[in-house]
Amino acid sequence: MDWTYWLFGTLQWSDFPPKKDLIATFAASLVILAPIAVAVILTVTKRWTWIWKEWLTSLDHKKIGVMYCVLAAAMLVRALIEAGLMRTQQAMANVGSPVIGADHFGELFSTHGTIMIFFVVMPFISGLINFVMPLQIGARDLTFPFLNAASLWLTAAGAMLVNASLVVGKFSTGGWSGYPPFTELAFSPGEGVNYWIWALTLTGIGTTLTGINFAVTLYKERAPGMHLMRMPLFCWTALSTSILMIFALPPLTVATAMLALDRYAGFHFFTNGAGGNMMLYANLFWLFGHPEVYILILPAFGVWSEVISTFSGKKLYGYTSLVVATISIAVLSFTVWLHHFFTMGQSANVNAVFGIATMLIGIPTGVKVYDWLLTMYRGRIRFTPPLLFSITFLFCFVVGGLTGVLLANAPVDFAVHNSLFLVAHFHNMLIPGTLFAMIAGYMYWFPKVFGFRLDERWGTISWFLWSAGFLLAFMPLYALGLMGAMRRTSMFTDPHYTPYLMIALGGAGMILCGLAALGVQLFVSIRRREQMRVPVGDPWDGHSLEWWSSAPPPEWNFARIPQVDGTEAFTAMKRNGQPYVAQPENYEDICLPANTGIPVMIGVAGGLCAFALTWYIWWLAVVMLVAMWALVVWRSWQGEPMKEFPAELVRKHTEEWLEKARAAKPVDRFAESEPVNLGLADPIR
Amino acid sequence: MSTEKKLHPGINIAQTDPKAHLEAEPVMFGFWVFLMSDLVLFTLLLATYGAMSVHGMAGGPTPKQITDLTSAGIETALLLASSFTFALASIALKYDDNQRALKRWLIVTALLGAAFIGMEIKDFITLAGKGQIPQVSGFLSAHYALLGTHMLHVASAIVWMAMIWPQMKVPRLKDLVRLRIMRLALFWHMLDVVWVAIVTFVFLFGAST
Repeated sequence: MDWTYWLFGTLQWSDFPPKKDLIATFAASLVILAPIAVAVILTVTKRWTWIWKEWLTSLDHKKIGVMYCVLAAAMLVRALIEAGLMRTQQAMANVGSPVIGADHFGELFSTHGTIMIFFVVMPFISGLINFVMPLQIGARDLTFPFLNAASLWLTAAGAMLVNASLVVGKFSTGGWSGYPPFTELAFSPGEGVNYWIWALTLTGIGTTLTGINFAVTLYKERAPGMHLMRMPLFCWTALSTSILMIFALPPLTVATAMLALDRYAGFHFFTNGAGGNMMLYANLFWLFGHPEVYILILPAFGVWSEVISTFSGKKLYGYTSLVVATISIAVLSFTVWLHHFFTMGQSANVNAVFGIATMLIGIPTGVKVYDWLLTMYRGRIRFTPPLLFSITFLFCFVVGGLTGVLLANAPVDFAVHNSLFLVAHFHNMLIPGTLFAMIAGYMYWFPKVFGFRLDERWGTISWFLWSAGFLLAFMPLYALGLMGAMRRTSMFTDPHYTPYLMIALGGAGMILCGLAALGVQLFVSIRRREQMRVPVGDPWDGHSLEWWSSAPPPEWNFARIPQVDGTEAFTAMKRNGQPYVAQPENYEDICLPANTGIPVMIGVAGGLCAFALTWYIWWLAVVMLVAMWALVVWRSWQGEPMKEFPAELVRKHTEEWLEKARAAKPVDRFAESEPVNLGLADPIR
Repeated sequence: MSTEKKLHPGINIAQTDPKAHLEAEPVMFGFWVFLMSDLVLFTLLLATYGAMSVHGMAGGPTPKQITDLTSAGIETALLLASSFTFALASIALKYDDNQRALKRWLIVTALLGAAFIGMEIKDFITLAGKGQIPQVSGFLSAHYALLGTHMLHVASAIVWMAMIWPQMKVPRLKDLVRLRIMRLALFWHMLDVVWVAIVTFVFLFGAST
């Protein structure tokens, strides 16, 4: 132990680039160059003050929501490239020319899974809920805006830690579930598992706090008359997801903390000897992991409900049954965790109980599928990209669900577990179910967030590439699984696999093109934004209150908190009242939380603390941990500083919006994608 | 959402401090939700202890060999007494405007909490002196992790109290501090409840096997 250990922990020069192989060096340079590029752009356009004052320090739920989505999008790019690389490796290795080694492959499936779950879908969900939910319930912000920002920056710090592993050292090769004893020090020395543990700890804490924030907001901040059973379905799914976050994230924190104690302090929770018990880890992890699956899918169900009902021009069919089904799924999600390890030695009876519980989830989910189908039935359907994604979802999700019911039979699971059949199954649920919902939600709410619609042609191209790419990439994996191909294998040597692997590779390529098409869509839409503006804010004839404001909405959301009398509050307003006539005679001053840089600093300190722990740089870890809490204490001395929007400003903004609404021509539903659509809907009666 | 409905469970300060009372509901409710989440953490540590205290000894000490009921009894008395004194502090928070009684009872609470932590550290040192450290077996790992987590919570509650202390005389923060002390009280009582579970499943279980 010399002084370099005290200063730099286990960091060595050899942990820094250049890496051993070309692909890793390339990835590392991307991680270095991307922030430099952003910094250069900000400097050239002189936007540093702008980004700090308008975005990074904002406590506005809408901006925090957008920042969550930007984070998710950036991480999605990385995770998809990794997926493409893995497909390339398996396909090429099977014909005798592997592109990467086994260890590198191990890192790839670990980062791909970890990123997709924790740093793509979770932030995307938090982002959508953050933006949409307060608007839907008629609130001006979340209950705890500061906590909201702190959660965002903790999550971002976790994502940055995973990215840092591309540059400095290596990531874990233990998969996204990190099973010991493989992830114990004896078998995985070095920094890889540490990166995984601390990235998950950061985002786990952030997500728990987010869940608390969402749940309290939904319980306490609803507008007058917005009873629980009058909330839009997206809010119900947000509530269920928040409750799952509150109860299901602590098991993850406990499991990773115990693994950390094993690795750092020689404890024996999950080690091979001295009374350690890795089954304990399996139980703790899946006690989190299974509800997590529903944390990911329930908000997606909310998005589908909104998209399908809006683009079918109909009231959501079976609202009550959808609410009951959502809650049932949330409750049942805690009763099935054992089906993730049917083969790990329980008695047949225990397996049977959990198998049956698993199949039960098919019932409420089936109810939902029928409700969505019946919502579309005889509706005035417009085949916009979000609705096209919904149709892919409905077909593919049912297929995925059926394979899930197959896997719920323990005897079947014994035959195909850990094979590519399983990989196909969960991708079949999560891509059409969750990821497509995130894309659909992004296209659906984009006009509200930024004030202009997205190009529909490129959206449709993207839908085609994603849908076809998904089917080509994952249907062959079902067959491969049944043929005996095991998951997490860096190379096969069976010529029978070749056609399937090649088709899957082609599918992965199409998915990457689909991602590129999304980028083109965004680019084209920004360039043509003047023709696609929807300043009045209701481009799709929406049903819920988020559409009852200008696009983009003012920071205070509503000049007057609306009074709600039933479900689909905005539809009711459009049919019975006059949403666009002048509102109150007396506008009021509105106070909202003032910007603060403390949450960003908490995130930076948290990220550095986690980095220091990863590399055993103890002094830095202690300093940063103290810094995090010092920042919290600093905030507690500030009280809760507010910024005020004077009544005159609120009046001016509102009247300008109403003026635009009076000047705009109401558009027919089938002219939605024309420039004439300024966001004033001609409601279907 | 009329104001009269905004009653949080806990001391009712509607008459003595209507403004803070109005702000209390979402904040206090949010803290209850956080406590639920924290309780899940303890539940899992207790479940781990349950498994490890049966299967994780690995030839090392058994629960009976490391149970010191006398010490646990004193610790329980200290912690339960501290909950009582915090309740007195809460009553003072409601009625006493010059904060003298409030400060007195908070100090007593903190001292009792510190004494509790001191006793636990003494227990740990005694165990370690006999070579019964967490690195010996899964069972001892679970034992130290469970008690350590609880102890860390009590210690952080005391630090929290120390952080609030200088804020108590700042008029600008009056309502906020009031709500903070009310939340600290909830936290403190929850740690008592958790301790009762620990006494039952760790010490009484240990003594009876």
